[in-house]
Amino acid sequence: MDLKLKIWRQQGPDAQGKFVEYLVQNISSDASFLEMMDILNEELVAKGEEPVAFDHDCREGICGMCSLYINGRPHGPDTAITTCQLHMRKFKDGETVVIEPWRAKPFPVIKDLMVDRSAFDEIIQAGGYVSVNTGGVPDANAIPIKKENADLAMDAAACIGCGACVAACKNASAMLFVSAKVSQFALLPQGRVEANNRVENMVAKMDVLGFGNCTNTYACEAVCPKEISITNIARMNREFFVAKIS
Amino acid sequence: MAKLDSKVPEGPIAEKWTNYKAHQNLVNPANKRKVDIIVVGTGLAGGAAAASLGELGFNVKVFCIQDSPRRAHSIAAQGGINAAKNYPNDGDSVYRLFYDTVKGGDYRAREANVYRLAEVSNNIIDQCVAQGVPFAREYGGLLDNRSFGGALVSRTFYARGQTGQQLLLGAYSALSKEIKKGSVELFTRREMLDIVKIDGKARGIIVRNLVTGELERHGAHAVLLGTGGYGNVFFLSTNAMTSNGGAAWRAYKRGAFFANPSFVQIHPTCIPVHGDYQSKLTLMSESLRNDGRIWVPKKKEDAQKIQKGELRPTQIAEEDRDYYLERRYPAFGNLVPRDVASRAAKERCDAGHGVGNTGLAVYLDFKDAIERLGRNVIEARYGNLFQMYEKIVDENPYETPMMIYPAIHYTMGGTWVDYELQSTIPGLFVGGEANFSDHGANRLGASALMQGLSDGYFVLPYTMQNYLADQITVPHFSTDGPEFEQTEKEVQERIDKLFAVNGDETVDSFHKRLGHIMWDNVGMARNKEGLEKAITEIQQLRKEFWQRVKVPGEKTGMNVELEKALRVADFLEQGELMALDALTRNESSGGHFREEYQTKEGEALRDDKNFTHVAAWEYMGDDKPAKLHKEPLVYENIEVKQRNYKTA
Ligand SMILES: Cc1cc2nc3c(=O)[nH]c(=O)nc-3n(C[C@H](O)[C@H](O)[C@H](O)COP(=O)(O)OP(=O)(O)OC[C@H]3O[C@@H](n4cnc5c(N)ncnc54)[C@H](O)[C@@H]3O)c2cc1C
Ligand code: FES
Repeated sequence: MDLKLKIWRQQGPDAQGKFVEYLVQNISSDASFLEMMDILNEELVAKGEEPVAFDHDCREGICGMCSLYINGRPHGPDTAITTCQLHMRKFKDGETVVIEPWRAKPFPVIKDLMVDRSAFDEIIQAGGYVSVNTGGVPDANAIPIKKENADLAMDAAACIGCGACVAACKNASAMLFVSAKVSQFALLPQGRVEANNRVENMVAKMDVLGFGNCTNTYACEAVCPKEISITNIARMNREFFVAKIS
Repeated sequence: MAKLDSKVPEGPIAEKWTNYKAHQNLVNPANKRKVDIIVVGTGLAGGAAAASLGELGFNVKVFCIQDSPRRAHSIAAQGGINAAKNYPNDGDSVYRLFYDTVKGGDYRAREANVYRLAEVSNNIIDQCVAQGVPFAREYGGLLDNRSFGGALVSRTFYARGQTGQQLLLGAYSALSKEIKKGSVELFTRREMLDIVKIDGKARGIIVRNLVTGELERHGAHAVLLGTGGYGNVFFLSTNAMTSNGGAAWRAYKRGAFFANPSFVQIHPTCIPVHGDYQSKLTLMSESLRNDGRIWVPKKKEDAQKIQKGELRPTQIAEEDRDYYLERRYPAFGNLVPRDVASRAAKERCDAGHGVGNTGLAVYLDFKDAIERLGRNVIEARYGNLFQMYEKIVDENPYETPMMIYPAIHYTMGGTWVDYELQSTIPGLFVGGEANFSDHGANRLGASALMQGLSDGYFVLPYTMQNYLADQITVPHFSTDGPEFEQTEKEVQERIDKLFAVNGDETVDSFHKRLGHIMWDNVGMARNKEGLEKAITEIQQLRKEFWQRVKVPGEKTGMNVELEKALRVADFLEQGELMALDALTRNESSGGHFREEYQTKEGEALRDDKNFTHVAAWEYMGDDKPAKLHKEPLVYENIEVKQRNYKTA
């Protein structure tokens, strides 16, 4: 298939960005979206032009490194998917594809389609852990955990930290991301010990970093590649409330 | 041979590690703050080590290529992690895990290291649970286990199909805690391009800041590499795009011996190659072999019809299917080790029984398991893998059998290290996939995660202290010294040289060409003639690279093509050493299969008399051949036998 690409190009964080149009031809519908980008970049390099910068690594939907806002949707036109898993069979011959970076104040553009997501690391550093050191811990089976809770904790822990939730939200809220981590630990006895401090510190950090409020549009859940549920946000709100009154 | 002292402690194997810890040197708490440690890599090995060393009170600086430590390639591991807990009461023990690992590695691993690995495996599971890793559980609330290849017990712990992700997030959370405390300083989007030695000891690194393009100097009392494997030499592999062997290769060129470079693992269950634009291969976890049955059509005519799209696999009658692993290896069946399963798939496809439009695929079929257990059970076990498969191949594996084919997955070879995980450069430690230590010629499934975390949480925090104990009086290193100056200059020259070529062929194009040479000659089946050819071709390709490669853009600022060019330049050297090592090892062992050395039934034929050793290569200069050193392997606790997966 042949496609017209409108790609956001921006030299650096402070530079002015703009859309640039490219044509790609004879793309196989079995190719992945990023392989299509590779083909474009190979052509650009062969012509002596600078390739389009974009983040990616594992290319199997688990590292959370890839991003891209494709035709107005984080990770493009499919559900429960990351950009690296998206395949060209989801596009039509002759289509125009608009490709932009995540746009959110706490995620400044580094170059072209790459953004800086270190704000997410900072939120985790504010409390997204159980404060145990290596060694001296009890036997793994010492504390039985209800399968139901372990499964719910796993559902929440599946978050890959890609930032699609923030990019989809008109307020650039990070509630889905933060609540997934808060929920994982809130559901496990190991995490309960510090539950109150954790939720307060992580929420405070999120606010300081400039992420917006949640106004319940559910846009985040709709684009989450790991289908993290907004029930986690409800759980986090409860945890936050309990922490505040205790 | 004095250079290769493995430093294995005295005493019976079960007491070696305890004895070591009882007698090693330690650094007192107040002095730890005076000591700086550099950790390169935030995967399981690097991440766990950096966190643990920070907890102990050392000043740690940690580096990674990605934008966050949470994205290291360990995140992609799917199936599980082994431990000798024996929770299912099915006869497991530390000895059995040790035995299975040495046997699985085809008797080419160092006994004492493997025993220690098995010994600390249980602590890993305890540690991860304490961190809040949501392992799979049974209804009674206790941890669940599954089986992996090469074992007759169920000892694999897992978190759905995302075990690596959950373990890495555990290490990442421990690391984040230390970053907050200030004991660990984090440097993301940095690539280490060289090691700095002062008076023969590793004292620092040169890194390129991938955002600004600037070279930076960092000094420390000791350096730890947890930089992962070099499978991407083959271009197509299951490794992440930035996985590279560069750090270990730079260490090699500074004097760290490189061990068993030819020992690479080819994983039997990957999604087959579909086009020449393909950028990477996707693994379908080995855990699928618990419930999936592998087969090809018995009749060649059927295979041909399937290849042409005239027949569907579901139309092949039961009696016309060849479940070749169950047929050849009745005791282990579909759960034979990876090297055995991979070669058997290649053998069937080469004999004309392969499926898919290329004929280079076999079926992994869940029909029986779905009938027996129900679709929802299979979905709970492997749902995310089935979904991944469907997104890529556009076929529903609940209804049509999966197609799989072997692909490059893991590198058993790596930097040579002693029992303390120290390389031949004093002060340079190497952990995880980057070292060679525990898996011999073939790694068993679910053992890499175990090794990464064992090295990171439980081995390096001890052994590095033993080295650092007499370093407390050495002041913090200034990076203004002549050694830093000189090393940085050499890195800059390498970068300048790449831009200066200004040729007409892209980096990826060279990388693909290298990949083809490697896959065809240094892949699943090797022979003398092919290996000699590979060496000549790689030398030629390397020459061409330095005459014709095109690196666009600027030296300053972000330049992804430059990053790739630097890695491929190293791969072009490393590939040659891999071929040379394979050529020198005149036997078949584990993943290293030399066609000249096989039994009548086509099984790997070892030569224990001449090759029960680690081949450690020393860099002698760009225009001189590498020098081979041998570390003899002595088996005192295991009887060395022909591997047999036919009978239990
Ligand atoms: C798809 C897949 C599935 C797997 N499944 C399993 C499984 O189920 N069970 C199992 O036991 N094993 C599995 N493995 C193997 C296992 O995941 C790896 O061997 C292991 O995670 C490697 O960990 P590591 O810490 O050594 O390195 P990695 O996780 O590869 O980390 C390397 C780190 O080093 C950094 N780095 C590298 N070079 C540089 C440099 N020059 N400068 C700065 N930083 C650098 C990277 O940024 C990264 O942080 C799987 C592997 C793959 C590919
Ligand atoms: S590249 Fe890893 S999730 Fe897409």
